[in-house]
Amino acid sequence: MQIPYLLSAIVLLPILAGAVMLFLPPKNRDLIYRFALGAAFVTFLLTLVVYFGFDAAGPQYQFIEDYAWLPALGISFKLGVDGISAPLVLLTGVVIFTGVIISQRIEDRVREFFAFLFILASGVFGVFVALDMFALFFFYEIAVFPMYLLIAMWGWKQTREYAAMKLTLYLFVGSVVALVGALAMYFASGLNTFDMTLLATANFSPAFQNLWFPFVFFGFAVLGGIFPFHNWSPVGHVAAPTAVSMFHAGVLMKLGAFAALRVGIMLLPIGAQTHMWWIILLTLVNVVYGAFIAMTQTDFKYMIGYSSVSHMGLVAMGFATLDYNGLVGASVQMVSHGVMTALFFAVVGMIYDQAHTREIPKLGGLMKIMPFAGVGFIIGGLVSMGMPGFSGFIAEFPIFMGLWAANYPWIAIISVVSIAVTAAYILRAVGQVFFGELPADLEGHMHDVKPSEKLAIGILCFIMIAIGIYPNVIMPMVQHGVNAVLALLGGA
Amino acid sequence: MFSSITADMLLAILPEISLLLLMLVVFVADLVLHGKNSPLPAWITIGGLGLTLLATIAFAQPAAQPQLLWGGMLRHDWLAFIFKVIFLFSALLVTLLTVGWQKLWYKGEYYILLLASTMGMTLMGASADLVMLFLAIETTSIPLYILAGFVTTDRKSNEAGFKYLLFGAVTTGIMLYGFSLLYGFAGTTNLYGIASGMAASGVPIPVIVGALLLVLVGFGFKVSMAPLHFWAPDVYEGSPTPITAFLSTASKAAGLAVLMRVMLAAFPGIQPEWQNIIAVGSALTMTIGNLIALSQHNIKRLLAYSSIAHAGYSLLAVAAASELGVLSVVYYLLVYTVTQIAAFAVVIVVSNVTGSDEIADFAGLHRRNPMLALALLLSFLSLAGIPPLGGFIAKVLAFAAAVQAGLIWLAVVGVLNSIVGLYYYLIVLKVAYLDEPKGEAVIAPSRPQAATLVVSIVLVLILGVVIAPWYNWAASGAGGLF
Repeated sequence: MQIPYLLSAIVLLPILAGAVMLFLPPKNRDLIYRFALGAAFVTFLLTLVVYFGFDAAGPQYQFIEDYAWLPALGISFKLGVDGISAPLVLLTGVVIFTGVIISQRIEDRVREFFAFLFILASGVFGVFVALDMFALFFFYEIAVFPMYLLIAMWGWKQTREYAAMKLTLYLFVGSVVALVGALAMYFASGLNTFDMTLLATANFSPAFQNLWFPFVFFGFAVLGGIFPFHNWSPVGHVAAPTAVSMFHAGVLMKLGAFAALRVGIMLLPIGAQTHMWWIILLTLVNVVYGAFIAMTQTDFKYMIGYSSVSHMGLVAMGFATLDYNGLVGASVQMVSHGVMTALFFAVVGMIYDQAHTREIPKLGGLMKIMPFAGVGFIIGGLVSMGMPGFSGFIAEFPIFMGLWAANYPWIAIISVVSIAVTAAYILRAVGQVFFGELPADLEGHMHDVKPSEKLAIGILCFIMIAIGIYPNVIMPMVQHGVNAVLALLGGA
Repeated sequence: MFSSITADMLLAILPEISLLLLMLVVFVADLVLHGKNSPLPAWITIGGLGLTLLATIAFAQPAAQPQLLWGGMLRHDWLAFIFKVIFLFSALLVTLLTVGWQKLWYKGEYYILLLASTMGMTLMGASADLVMLFLAIETTSIPLYILAGFVTTDRKSNEAGFKYLLFGAVTTGIMLYGFSLLYGFAGTTNLYGIASGMAASGVPIPVIVGALLLVLVGFGFKVSMAPLHFWAPDVYEGSPTPITAFLSTASKAAGLAVLMRVMLAAFPGIQPEWQNIIAVGSALTMTIGNLIALSQHNIKRLLAYSSIAHAGYSLLAVAAASELGVLSVVYYLLVYTVTQIAAFAVVIVVSNVTGSDEIADFAGLHRRNPMLALALLLSFLSLAGIPPLGGFIAKVLAFAAAVQAGLIWLAVVGVLNSIVGLYYYLIVLKVAYLDEPKGEAVIAPSRPQAATLVVSIVLVLILGVVIAPWYNWAASGAGGLF
C-alpha cells in the first residue's frame, strides 16, 4: 500500500500543531487541551495506517518519500519505514495519544506544555522514519531538546533542574560525538550522499569501521540508557511530569537504541562484529545491575526508572548478539517495553496526583479504590517479568535464544537472574501498593481514576496482551526488518 | 589611473557611494535640527540603509568572474558582495534596535559614525590591496572606538571606548608592520600578487610565517581570536547595547572576511603552517570563550564570551582552508548575525525596563512576556546549534569542513565545546522560564524592536529549514576565493 505524504504528515503534523498552540490564548485551557487531544488523536490514527498498511512481504522500506533538501551535499528529506521502525511509529502514536489523555491535570502554562510535547513527538517520529542521516540528526536533536524544558518547567520540584540539565548534557554529548562519526562516514564513503540506504552499500574499510563504530554506537546508545552512560535516565524519569516520563521511557530511549542500530550497526557492520563482544558485557551490567538497583528502591518512580535501565539493557543485548533471534527479540522488546513502561508511569502518575507520595511503603490497599489502574499495573508487571501470554515473553525469549546461538550462553544464564529479581520487585510493589491496608492518612483522599484515564490504560494493556496472545500481529513485520539487517551483516 | 571609469566600476562601489551620501544627508538633517530631540536622523538612516541594501542586491551583483577594479584596490567578487549584504543588513537591524534606546537615539552623529563604520566594512570585504585594506580597517575601527565610548556619562562606556582604542591601535600598528614586511618581501601591495612575488624572491618560510603572525595580530583582534580576545568582554559590556550587537556581528564578520581572503590569496605557499596556526587559535578561542562564559552573571558579558566561542567555531572552518570551509564560514556568519542580533534585541528590550543587564533580572521573563521569552529561547537555541534553527546547520557545516580537511581532533574539540555552550545557554533560559519574576512592570518591545525581533527570528528559522538557497549563495561566495 502506498499513501502519498503519509510519513511527512506524521512527522510534520505534531510540530505544526505545537507551533499553532504557542499562539493560542493562554487562558483558554479547554481550547488548548481539546486542540492537543485532537492533534494527538489524528496522529495516532495516521500511525495506525502506517502499521497496518505495512506489507511484510514487500520491499525493505515502504511509504518512501524523497524530497531534495540540500542537493549540493546530497542531503534529502527521505522518509520510509521498515519492519523495525513501523511498530515504533505506532508506539509513538500510542504514547502521544495516551500521554495527552492523562495530562489533563496540568495546570501551569498548559499551552507551552503541549506545544513542547508535540515538538518532541515530531522529533521522535522524524528519527524513526528518516532514511537520510542528516535528517536523522536533525530530528534527533529536535527530540532531545524539549525534554529539558518539559522536565525543568513541569517536573518534580526537588530534582527537576538538576535532572533536566543532566539529561540534556548527556544526550547532547552523545549526539554530537555520533555526528562527528556520521560526518566521517559521509566523507569516507565518497558517495556524496547522506542517504542511509546508499551509505549501507559504501563498503567502508574494516579499519575505518572499527575506529568509528564505537563513536556512533555509543553516541546514540547513551539515549538507549547503556551502562555506564545510563545515569541520566532514572533521574530524568523521576523528575519528569507523568506524560513526559511516559514519552521519555516509553519512546525516547527507543530512539537511542534504534539510531544505534540504524546508523551504527547497519552502516558499520564490520565494526559491529569487532566490538560487540565487549559491548554485550556492558549490556549485561545494565540488565542485572539495573534490576538489583530497582529492587532496592522505595520510590515508585525510581524503581520503574531502574527497571527501564534493566529492560533497555535487554534491547541493546539483543542487538549485540547480531543474531536473527536476538535482533527480533530486541525489536519486539522495544515496543513491549515502550508500552509497558508508559503504562507504569501513567499509573504511578495517577497515584501520585492523589496521594502526593511515591514512597512504596507509604501506600497500600489501592486495589479497592482504583481497581482499573491496579489491574493495569499488574498486567504491566507480568509483561515486565516476561510471563508467557504477554508481550514481554515474546520479546525476551528470542533474546535469550539469540545469546545462546551467538555463543554467549553464560551471558544468557547470568541475565536470567534479572528475571527473578524483576519478579521480586514487581510483586513486592504490587503487594504493597495495591493490596494490604490503606494507610490512615490516605483515607478519603483517594478516588478512582477518570474514565478517560481508563481508556488510556485499556489501550496500553490491550497492546501488550494482543502481542502476547497473537504474536503474528507484529512478528512477520519485525522478521522482515531483521532479515534486511542481517543481509547487511553478511547474512550471518 | 582612473582616466577610464566605467559603469562597472561605479556599480561595484554602489553601496559605498550610497552610504557616503546617506552620511551627508544625516549630517545636514542633524545640522538643521540643531540639537532638538528628533527621531528624524534615525528614520533617515533606516530608510537609507534599506534602500542601499535593496540597490546593492539589485545592481551591485558581481559578474561570474571576479574582477579587480579601481587599479587593483578592490576585488568585485561574490564573497565581497555577500559580506556587503551582511554588513548593510546588520547595520539596518542595529539602527532599528537603537530606536527608543535611552537618549542616544536622537543623536545624529551616532548614525553618521555607524554608517562610516559600515562603509569601512564593505570596503574591508572587497579590499585586494594592503593599502586599501589598511584604510578600510581604520575606517571601520575609528568610528567604532567612538561609538563604544558614546555614552559619555557612563564610566563603563568610557572605559570600553578607551580600552578598545588602545588595544585597537596597538594591534593595528603591529599588523601594519606585518604589511610593510610583506611589501618588502613581495615588492607589491596587491594581495593577489604577493604570493607570486614572495615565491619569486625566495623568502625563507620561517620569515614568511613571522610576517603572517604579525598580520594575524591585527585580524585576530578584530575577530577576537585567542589570545587577542581579552578586550571583547569589557568593551561589549560597556558599549551601548546596539553597538555591542554591531561589534559582535558585523565587525567580527568583516574580520573573518579579511582573514579568509588574505590567508587564501597571499599565503598559499605556507598553507599547512597557517592552517595549523588557525586550528590552534580556533581550539583556544572556543575553549577559552566557553569556559569563561560559564561564570558570567552579566548577559552582555555572557554574550561576549559566547561570541568569542563562536569566533572559534568559525575559525575551525577557516582552518579547513577549503571551499567547503569558506562556505561554512559564510553560512555561519549569516546565521550568527541574525541570531546574535535577535539575542541582543531581547537584551535591549529587557534592560530598557529593568535597567540592568544582569542575568538574574531575566527571571520570570516567560511570565512577563511569553513571546519575548520565546524569542530568547529560539535565539539561544540557535546559538547552541539546535535544530530546526540556523545554528544547527552552521554547526554541522563547520564541523563537516573540519572533518573533510582531516582535522578530526579539532572537530572533537569543537563538539565538546558546543556542549559547554549549551550548558550556559540553558542556564539563562532556565532563569527566564523557571525563576519567579522580580518585577511587575510590563516588558514590551517598541515597534521597531518588535520588527527586528520578528525579522531576525524568522530568518533564524528559515536558515535552519530551507537550507539550499543560502547554501548555494554561500557556495558562490566561496567560489570567489578559489
